Amino acid sequence: MMLDRDALLLAYRTMRRIRDFEERVNTEFVAGRVPGFVHLYSGEEAIAVGVCMHLDAADYIGSTHRGHGHSLAKGCDPKGMMLEILGKAEGLCAGKGGSMHIADLQRGMLGANAIVGGSPPLVIGAALTAKTLKSDRVAVAFTGDGGSNQGTIFEAMNMAVVLQLPAIFVIENNGYGEGTAAEYAVGAKDAARRAAGFGMPAVKVDGRDFFPVYEAMADAVTRARAGGGPSFIEARCARIHGHYCGDPQTYRSKEELTQAREVHDPIVGFRRRVLASGELTASELDSIDRLSAEEMDAAVTAAHAGTAPPLEALYTDVYATY
Amino acid sequence: MARTSFRQALNDALRSEMRRDSRVVVIGEDVAGGAGGTGVDDAYGGIMGVTRGLVGEFGRARVIDTPITESAIVGMAAGAAMTGLRPVAELMFVDFLGVCLDQILNQAAKFRYMFGGKARTPLVIRAMFGAGFSAGAQHSQCLYSIFTHIPGLKVVIPSSPYDAKGLLIQAIRDDDPVIFLEHTKLYDLEGEVPAESYTVPFGEAHVLREGGDLTIVALARMTHVALEAASALAEKGIEATVIDPRTTSPLDEATILESIGVTGRLLVVDESNPRCSVASEIAAVVAERAFRDLKAPIRRITAPHTPVPFSPVLENAYIPSSPAIEAAAMELAKWS
Repeated sequence: MMLDRDALLLAYRTMRRIRDFEERVNTEFVAGRVPGFVHLYSGEEAIAVGVCMHLDAADYIGSTHRGHGHSLAKGCDPKGMMLEILGKAEGLCAGKGGSMHIADLQRGMLGANAIVGGSPPLVIGAALTAKTLKSDRVAVAFTGDGGSNQGTIFEAMNMAVVLQLPAIFVIENNGYGEGTAAEYAVGAKDAARRAAGFGMPAVKVDGRDFFPVYEAMADAVTRARAGGGPSFIEARCARIHGHYCGDPQTYRSKEELTQAREVHDPIVGFRRRVLASGELTASELDSIDRLSAEEMDAAVTAAHAGTAPPLEALYTDVYATY
Repeated sequence: MARTSFRQALNDALRSEMRRDSRVVVIGEDVAGGAGGTGVDDAYGGIMGVTRGLVGEFGRARVIDTPITESAIVGMAAGAAMTGLRPVAELMFVDFLGVCLDQILNQAAKFRYMFGGKARTPLVIRAMFGAGFSAGAQHSQCLYSIFTHIPGLKVVIPSSPYDAKGLLIQAIRDDDPVIFLEHTKLYDLEGEVPAESYTVPFGEAHVLREGGDLTIVALARMTHVALEAASALAEKGIEATVIDPRTTSPLDEATILESIGVTGRLLVVDESNPRCSVASEIAAVVAERAFRDLKAPIRRITAPHTPVPFSPVLENAYIPSSPAIEAAAMELAKWS
């Protein structure tokens, strides 16, 4: 599949912005300025971007506890996200959600979800809305390899097949559910083969490489919009950080970590490829790097300047009416 | 006004709201029945016949038969609610919340708060509940206290055909997730129900009977048992007020407290197990806010702290009875 220069630039820019955002969140966390838990997406950028480049604001995604990358790829404002992660009133969720509950419904981002396997049933609901209202929208459920073993995704996949919903299940297999290897925990050793058993097209791609993800998603999205029902994509990838910020990762060998960081970095790989092919130039990419760094520095500065939510906010937004 | 059954009142509510708003869809196991089978299409109309006839008028795109898959039913309904539909999901028996509680407790109930007030989740989850059919420990529970405990959910428990219709229409028009519970023993109950559409607001108790000697608070089927006891008590010269809160979240505390101001005696009748129950909550509200009005200790008549037994003899002993209410009321009346 040929991508034009604008698409390549967009892919690189979005991956770079995600990485820059996450590395700044890491810095903030280490400095003790982030309340609660944070799970970083660094190393998995090719998946969020390869998938979300096929979507527009009217399409839906449901995310995971590792949701910053999905949010940015779906168009969420990094400033609003950083404010939220630092618990500020000006955050995307008014400081009431935090890293694990970032949502932006106007952009079709139905929420990070701190329950592993929590999103897929909700996402098929968004797909049901699309089908019922004949809106041509699609809904994507991101889940990890850990979540791939939850009954909720099995139920959601079966329902999506039975009702022929425009849903796409994307499993980001980063090799570990918290600290337990997918090799151990995924009984079939193969989440895609398991998904195929539910009666939908299921493919496996290298999630460290933007291009195969983008191509697999092109097929899935075309099928969904044409009324052809759900699809499944398993994208293998590797976390650059641990399960959470501060995870000592003793369950991974030093060699494996080095491989993830130095050999399989999806952004480095993308850059190498488009430079080698001559499709993009180093100065173009460097300029994206510079702008991205500036944007994310500004997001951090804005987040530091944000204000704490007023105490009355504790009691509001429980109900629409009560 | 026509005499209508509780079951038909619910059907009327669904039909009128589906006619009024094309975003209202019904989702669940056998809500039509017959999908993919070799027989008729509207085979069940819901396991209790509440949704009968809807598929004929609105089609399978809006009356959606699902597999037996509660997490996906409730989750799908919640996701659809969040994105523009107004789904009414049927969970069949409330006991089955055990297999999909995450989608209710951690998902639907939390969206609005977690997302800073930006989510709207106009979702109704209907389920039947209650003992009395020898259906055993997994099809007879009375679990509204679990939902009442959770911020973000509204909990509605009608006791009459009139309330069933008006409260269900209100629930469908409401922008928050509503747990709508129907007592199994009430489906055949008949009462006056207007043919036209109307709503019964949440958080407004219904005073079913007024008397100056004691206040009985009861829900759903227990309101009928309480009224029976109140009639028997009246013959003995004890006049009871009987209050049906109708919704436990929001709870109309004011009507209960006002009545305690008159009677000074509270008896809560609850088919639930007693620990951390709605009965406990009402008792606590009155103890905290109307202590000076009380002339007697607060009494709760509830099911015991046991699962619902199967044998009819045991099940009858499990369910709060009119004689038990009478006896407790007689004791309370002695205090002055």
